[in-house]
Amino acid sequence: MADHLDLTQEDRGAHLDTAFRLLALAAGVTVLAILGLIAWSTTHEAWPAFRVAGLHFLTSKHWVPNDPDGPGPATAQYGTFAFVYGTLVASTIALLLAVPVSIGIALFTTELAPRRLRRPITNLIDLLAAIPSVVYGLWGIAVLAPQAQGFYGDLHRWFRPVPGLNRLFGPDPNGRSLMTAGVILAIMITPIITSLTREVFTTVPRGEKDAALALGATRWEMIRAAVLPHSFGGMTGAVMLGLGRAMGETIAVALVIGSSPQVVANLFKPGDAMPAVIANQFGESGGTFRAALMGLGVALFAITIIINMSARLLVRRAEVRVRGAA
Amino acid sequence: MTVVSLARAPDLTTSTVARRRSVANAAATAAMCVAFLVAMVPLVLIIGYLLARGGRVISWDFLSGNIPLPTAKGPGMGPAVVGTLVITGAAAVMAIPLGVFGAIYLNEFGRRSRLASVIRFMADVMTGVPSIVMGLFIYTIWVLRYGQSGLAGALALACLMLPVVIRTTEEMLRLVPTELRHGSVALGARTWRTVLTVVLPAALPGIVSGAMLAVARAAGETAPLLFTIGIVRERNASLSGPNTALSAQIFSNASQPFAGAIDRAWGAAFTLVLLVFLLTVVARMVAARFASESN
Repeated sequence: MADHLDLTQEDRGAHLDTAFRLLALAAGVTVLAILGLIAWSTTHEAWPAFRVAGLHFLTSKHWVPNDPDGPGPATAQYGTFAFVYGTLVASTIALLLAVPVSIGIALFTTELAPRRLRRPITNLIDLLAAIPSVVYGLWGIAVLAPQAQGFYGDLHRWFRPVPGLNRLFGPDPNGRSLMTAGVILAIMITPIITSLTREVFTTVPRGEKDAALALGATRWEMIRAAVLPHSFGGMTGAVMLGLGRAMGETIAVALVIGSSPQVVANLFKPGDAMPAVIANQFGESGGTFRAALMGLGVALFAITIIINMSARLLVRRAEVRVRGAA
Repeated sequence: MTVVSLARAPDLTTSTVARRRSVANAAATAAMCVAFLVAMVPLVLIIGYLLARGGRVISWDFLSGNIPLPTAKGPGMGPAVVGTLVITGAAAVMAIPLGVFGAIYLNEFGRRSRLASVIRFMADVMTGVPSIVMGLFIYTIWVLRYGQSGLAGALALACLMLPVVIRTTEEMLRLVPTELRHGSVALGARTWRTVLTVVLPAALPGIVSGAMLAVARAAGETAPLLFTIGIVRERNASLSGPNTALSAQIFSNASQPFAGAIDRAWGAAFTLVLLVFLLTVVARMVAARFASESN
């Protein structure tokens, strides 16, 4: 017998495995490092504005930015409530429009459409998500806004006798307005809400749906009895992720919202939003003004992190429950 | 035993469903179809306008020529095409290897450990961080020290791509059968060799497809580039020095009052959407082949 294989030789490759493991670990930890760095560096940069404005930063609607290094009165005010208001209003409009449509499409693809049409339909909706936001903005400012103005006028005339609504759908409509921003946002968040709710709907156990149908339920009754109750948590998470997306969306909103920091009930008036004002004014800002815009970024980061964390927890809980049942 | 009267046997045809119930069912069915059609309206309109207004402008001169002043008419988006390719490419080179290694940690080493769960969760959360915040972040840690450059823009885009690459790659690694790993280890291969020569190749098409989708999304981003690359009209194929990109040009031209600038915005939008759609379609084809192979 020839030389037998020496299996006792010293383990020379072990350090390679350790190095590989550490490399992978470092890459994974990068995510945490980046998130931590974002929080620290932007807060640090925004600190001068937080110190000057204090709590009024988010509660005051007086936005009179001035570059202290430049000319002009030194009575700058950094109240950002108008931007918070614009972001909330536009996102609310977007959710009101997008959620019913998205749930409808998700039900259409999972419960209604023929099986071989499901994939093409999904791909079509996903195309909406592939269009860059600046292209939505270009379409919004060049096509939608000019044409929406007339339609807004009609809405105002129809709703004039209705108390409440006549304040929201007010007079002197402008194409570049909170409403137009909301509509554009609705189009942009529809694909993400649709795809997440679709995922949730496909986790409904076959047996529950069959049981409802066997009891004589119509398709709609089956959806109400089996699909929707089972999916409530996941749907809530999907809607919240859509909300986070809408609040952070920058470029499309910056182009169509009208860039006018005011707090008005009339949805057909121009407004401004937190990410939009950063995009529009950061380039020509300096000093405390720039710090204030950075502060808006910090607020945006904090809000979206909170929304995303709660949404992910909801979606995850829904997943876990499904796995537990299976 | 009671005798059931056969004359009153239930009629099981659909017509016995109460009118109100069948109306509700029909209304709900119609509403679902309408929801789908409503979502198709903006898609058709936007693609129609892109073809009509952007397709008219597209030519070789447009794709290669220099960018004229906003007031001027005529073609020229060459520097923006170059900038988009260079910046997005550099972002991909940074984010994809890092993301793949991060996914290797999550799926091959960390698995169910607490740290891995936290990273997985925070990567999901990070996909929801607004892109403009990434721009502000790179501005504070990079641009304030080293100035605006294509590299700064690439860093911002890489931050956006990283969590997407990590999560899609991890999903793909999870699909690789454990038997393959066992076989490799049983043959005496070390973990690093098993991962690099057995697990990664098995998952490669899926990883490529996920990475391409991340690149497609990054190529269309504007907000992270606004304060990081500056805006120039000259061609700059290097990563240093101010640069420009298709998305940045669309943004600055869209709000111009000049017809020539608006035309160039539509042409740039057409080019950008074409690029993004091509990447998306190829990624989906790769993914579809992967799915049919693994079945």
